[in-house]
Order: sequence, then C-alpha cells, then structure tokens
Amino acid sequence: MAELEVEIVAADHFVWSGAAKMVKARTSDGEIGILPGHSPLLAILAAGELAIEPVSGERLAVVVDGGFFSVDDNRVVIVADNAQLGEAATAGIR
Amino acid sequence: MGAQIRVYRQKISSTTSMRKIFKAMELIATSRIGKARARVAASLPYANAITRAVSAVASQNEIDHPLVTEPEQIRRAAVLVITSDRGLAGSYSASVLKQAEGLNELLRAEGKEVKTYLVGRKAQAYFEFRGRDYARVWTGGTDAPEFATAREIGAALLEEFANDFVDGGVDEIHVVYTRFKSMVTQEPTVIRLLPLEVEEQAVTESELLPLYEFEPEAEQVLDALLPRYIESRIFAAMLQAAASELAARQRAMKSAGDNATELIKKYTRLRNTARQAEITQELSEIVAGADALNA
Repeated sequence: MAELEVEIVAADHFVWSGAAKMVKARTSDGEIGILPGHSPLLAILAAGELAIEPVSGERLAVVVDGGFFSVDDNRVVIVADNAQLGEAATAGIR
Repeated sequence: MGAQIRVYRQKISSTTSMRKIFKAMELIATSRIGKARARVAASLPYANAITRAVSAVASQNEIDHPLVTEPEQIRRAAVLVITSDRGLAGSYSASVLKQAEGLNELLRAEGKEVKTYLVGRKAQAYFEFRGRDYARVWTGGTDAPEFATAREIGAALLEEFANDFVDGGVDEIHVVYTRFKSMVTQEPTVIRLLPLEVEEQAVTESELLPLYEFEPEAEQVLDALLPRYIESRIFAAMLQAAASELAARQRAMKSAGDNATELIKKYTRLRNTARQAEITQELSEIVAGADALNA
C-alpha cells in the first residue's frame, strides 16, 4: 500500500516528518481524513488537534493553532503557525 | 615622574580596557552567529511551503484579490527599514539607512508619498535626530527576532494596506534589510512586499503544480494564506538581518581589537622612549653638576 509522506513545519522550526498511513485534520469546514492517493488539496487548518497514524509506531497527536496544509502526490505538508507534538494518549481521537 | 610618561601610561591602560571590551563583544557575536544562522535555516521549510502554496493558488486561478492586484495608481508607499538596536557593528545600520534613503528618494521622484516604519533603535535615533517623521517603530531583540514581532509588523502593514488612500492607507509596501550572503558579505537589499509578485518562474516543467482542490474556497484560502506569506517574508528578512548584524559586529570588533593592540604597542614604545630620555637627562645633570664642583 502506498504511504503518505508527511512533513510538519512551524513558523520558526521543523516539527516532524515521516511516513504515515493516515492523517486526520480539522479544517475550517470540519474534519477531514487523508489517505494515500488523495487528490491534490489545499486547505486551511482550524485551531485544534491533528492526528497522524505513522506506518510504524504509535498514533501521533499534534496541537496546532491555525495554518494550512497541502496534499499532492501522497505528500502532505502541514504548515502551522505553532505546532506542538502531544502525547497520543491524550489525543482522545479514535 | 615626568608628565609625559604619566600621559602615556594613562593612554595604555585605557586602550587595554577598551581592547578587553572589543574582545568580549567579538566573542559574544561569534558565539551567537551560529545560532542566528541556524534560525535562518530553520525558518526555510516554512517559507518554502508557504511560497509553494501561494504560487499554487496564484498559478491556477485568475486571482482577483486586493493583495495581489496592482493598484492603478500608487500614491503612497510604506517602507519598512530593518536595522539594529545597538551600534558597534561597523557600517551595518548606516548602510541599511543609506539604502533606505535611496529608495525614499526614488519613490518621491515617482510622485509617491512615503510612510516609514522602523525596526531597531538605530533607525529610530537616525530619524529622531533629523526631526523626520516615521509612522511606527519596533525596538528590542533585533539580534534574536521573535516570530510574534514579525506577526505584529505584518498585521500593522496589512492594516495600512487595506486602508484607503484618503484614510492614510498605502498602496505598496517595501522592505529594506540586510541580506546575509556569507560571513564576509552582507548586502543591503530592497524587496517589494506588496502588491505581491507571485514567483511563477521558479516552477519548472518537471514539477508542474498539480490542480488543487480548495477547502473551503480558493478565495478564502488566499485570504488566510497571504497574511502568513507576508509574515513569513518579514520574519525571514528579520532573521537575515540579525545574522548580518552579528557578522558585521564580529568583524567590526575584530578590527577594533586589532587597532587597539597596535595603539598599545605604539604608546608602549613612546613611553619607553620618554622614560629613557628622562634617565639620560638626569644622568647628564648629575655629571654636569659633578664636573662643575671639580672645576
């Protein structure tokens, strides 16, 4: 199965990058889930939590306070004003 | 002790203590410059991602957004000048201000009014000393800029840009800052921030931008993207300026320290000569006195 190549950057530093099976984000319109093969997309992020399911390892939660993300050719670039890696346990998204 | 020797001694001791200050400042600048350059590098992924996104939106839509459309007539321009808070950095602030003055003249020659925004106490002092007007100033932390400051500046400039000319708004925004090319070359540079010139030539055919879907709407996406783009451009300029400031300071302090060493050497020689002259004179006086008694 194809994988998503995820990259998270904040204004003044690099946050995380890696391969993932799924990315779940909250846009201004509502929640959106990105799976491999998603059509190109450019969307505005709402403040809140992102969930990333890496190919290997625990589910990651990232707290962002606004920004945007783009998807093209299985490459997801999440550009946040401020991003903080949270604990998967406190994510509460299932 | 002769008056001359005392004067030289004073000069030597004051130059020595100055040299200590120069050395310390040089070391501080050297240790901070690596961090400043790392911050420039760290801000690159964000800047790249945002530039790519803006060109993606711009390249596939006939965008009609106030931030990207060229106004028919430009009557007032805002100029943001980024300098340092402190001196002792050679010609760093002076050359930025010189560049700004040049831009100022050019804009005026084109019949535009100029509204100036300043960053750094050096620019503020320059304008205040000459009794010139400026719209706003941000001081503090020019050698380690915060993203919050860049955001504040971006918000202030965008607000001016959104205003009508009659309400004191501006039609275009320029930024004057020092670009960090390498440790030895830093270049005062002018960029036009607004209206945007979206760089499309950077896209080669092999990496044609895909057709994006927008969420919610292309226009709203642009609404949200452009302020961020501006902030990131301003922040990048501030980071480059900070790295340049430290590099300029390090260089200036190095040569000041070298000059102090030279001076100390020179004064030490002069002091020795003066001391020897005094000894010689005393001796000849004694000999002359003894001769006079014997005669």
